[in-house]
This record gives sequence, structure tokens and C-alpha cells, in this order.
Amino acid sequence: MAKARINIPRNIRRGDLVEIKTLITHPMETGFRVDSLGVKIPRNILTQFSVALNDTLVFQADLQPGIAANPFISFFLRAEQSGQLTFTWTGQHGFTHVETRAFDPAP
Amino acid sequence: MALRTWRPALLIRRLSYIAGILYLVACSGISEPAEHHQPVEFERTLTEVRSGFDYQAAETQALQQDDFANPGLLWVDSGRTLWASECTACHGEIDAMAGIARRYPKFDEAAARVINLNQRIELCRTQQAILPALPYEAEERLALTVALTHLDQGQPFAVDITGKNAAAFHRGREYFYTRRGQMNLACHHCHEVNAGKRLRGEALSQGQPTGYPTYRLQWQTLGSLHRRLRFCNAALRAAPFDFGAQEYVDLELFLAWRAANLPLEAPAVRR
Repeated sequence: MAKARINIPRNIRRGDLVEIKTLITHPMETGFRVDSLGVKIPRNILTQFSVALNDTLVFQADLQPGIAANPFISFFLRAEQSGQLTFTWTGQHGFTHVETRAFDPAP
Repeated sequence: MALRTWRPALLIRRLSYIAGILYLVACSGISEPAEHHQPVEFERTLTEVRSGFDYQAAETQALQQDDFANPGLLWVDSGRTLWASECTACHGEIDAMAGIARRYPKFDEAAARVINLNQRIELCRTQQAILPALPYEAEERLALTVALTHLDQGQPFAVDITGKNAAAFHRGREYFYTRRGQMNLACHHCHEVNAGKRLRGEALSQGQPTGYPTYRLQWQTLGSLHRRLRFCNAALRAAPFDFGAQEYVDLELFLAWRAANLPLEAPAVRR
């Protein structure tokens, strides 16, 4: 069961450029490593991270095997409208993790 | 046969040794016999304690101090969630448990031996909450351990090395100063005698346990002190003990005492 942390600054005003930080637990197994018996450990990575504000895509990133475990991703968002932010991490082997947060800049 | 040369300096040194011994004998004769109930003060072979934090790169230090980005906090979060679902019925809110973690390892009546916080949690889980047993390094056990230890961040260890804990402390102390492995080194040699020097690319820290459970970048996950100790043993080419072995718990107690007033940092971030 994945665990995610999301940080949205408080006291934001409309028009502000805000930094949103995210962190999620995931092994991000590269597929290049071998175990103690020399058997390849199969690749298991997150492939995509996307953020939508009221169903409008505001940020998206493709993740690759070179990204460390428990990826930290931060991005900037111009606070122009209020609504609900939906954070979606998708990965291999049917991995999906969705978090929602209210986004409500003061006018 | 060559005669030994006359060396006044040597004679003076020898005389001063003898004088010193005579002085010690005289002192011990005058002083009262030591009170038996007084706690024994053990010799500290470190003059100044330094956290493993000091040996890290600036970026690693910044990652640990970031209230959001420190990846160990993911385990703190899940530990708090687990606590809310499994532990509140008996213990109440987790914040009321502050000051508990820093007293471990300690003697436990139920286990009839000295155990650490991780093992205390497992006893509670299996015997009070009747949950299935988990391996030592299981995510759940680590998460609960780090969530409780996180409450004592900034406070020093408060372990008791007297009474029922004394035997374990002595064993731990002996372990620390005993040479082992093909390298034939004791903990003392790397982490006290040579602390601060470099071993190839690696800085030798004092081996302080204050950051555990720690997020190690090398592991890419959170791990226990026992995991680190196993790594230490393997590096010495000594056979590591099992997770939760009494040898490691005893050593943990000694290390907690040795950390003196260093503040707890869990979850720390290390290379």
C-alpha cells in the first residue's frame, strides 16, 4: 500500500505562483539489478505522474528507471482558479495511486 | 656482551612511574571504600560525541532537515495511520507516547530479557492486539518504531544501565570492544580510534545510533539499526547475527548510553 505526501502552501492568493511538492513510496526497481543468486530483479517503476485541477491537466511527468525510489516531484502552478487537485501516480503491474486535495486561493 | 648505556632520561621516567604508583597506593589507602549502591561510572572512550549527521554531504543534511521532503517521513505517516487503527484502543493517541522510545532498549517483564522498541511493538501486536507475527524488518514494524521515535526527536536517549539492564549493558560493552571478523577489528577501532578519517570514499562516523530507523540512500528505503549493524559485520567479514539477535539488542543498549546527550533524529537521512 503506497503512502503519499502532498504539500500545498497555505494562505495563497489568486495569481500567485505556488510550488506544490509530492512524495510517494515506491521501490522504483530499475530492472538492471540482480539478487544474491544472480537472478535479475524485474523492473518495477512508476511510469507516469499527472495532476489535474477540476479535470484539466495541469502537470504531467513520465518517469524512467533512473529515478530514485520514493520519488519526490515538485512543480509550480499559477493559482488562477479554485477547485480540486487530483494527483495520480501510475506504474507497472497495474499500480495506481490517487490523492485529492482542495485548492482554494483567496481572491 | 654489550653493557646498557647510561640513560638519565630513562631513569627519571622509571622513577616517576614508581612515584606515581606509590602515590596511587597511598591514595587508595586513605580514601573510604566505594559505596556499593553508587551507580558505577563507566569509562567513556570518546571525548566528544558527534552525530552521523555531521559526516553527511550538505545535500543529505538538507534532505533530512526538510519537514516535507525527508523520505523517512513517509514511514512516520504510515506508522501514525497504523497506530490509529491498531493501537489507540489500549494506548490512546500516539502523541501521548512521547518520551517512551528514548527509554529503549530496556528489560521487559513479559519477554524476560532486554528488548528494543521494535521488539516491544511486535510483542504488543502479537500478544495484545492478536495480529499475525511479522519479520523484524517488516514495513509495519519499522513504521510504528519510527513514528514513536519521531515523537522524541531532539531529546537524548534516557536508557537505564543499572538493575535488570546491567547484564545486557555489560555484554553490549564487551561486544563493542571485541575484535571480530577476518578484518579483526572491533567497533571501537573504526568508530572511535579512527572516527573522522576516511575509508576510501567513506567517512568513518562515530557510529552513533541516534538517527535510527534511518532512511539510507544506499538502501533506498528506511531501515533499522540492526540492518546497519549487519552491514557493519559483513564489511568486517564477520558473520552477521540475525535481525533482532540479543547480541545486537545488547549492543544497542550500550550505544544508546554511549550517545550521551546527542539528540534523537529519527528519521535521519544517511548516505
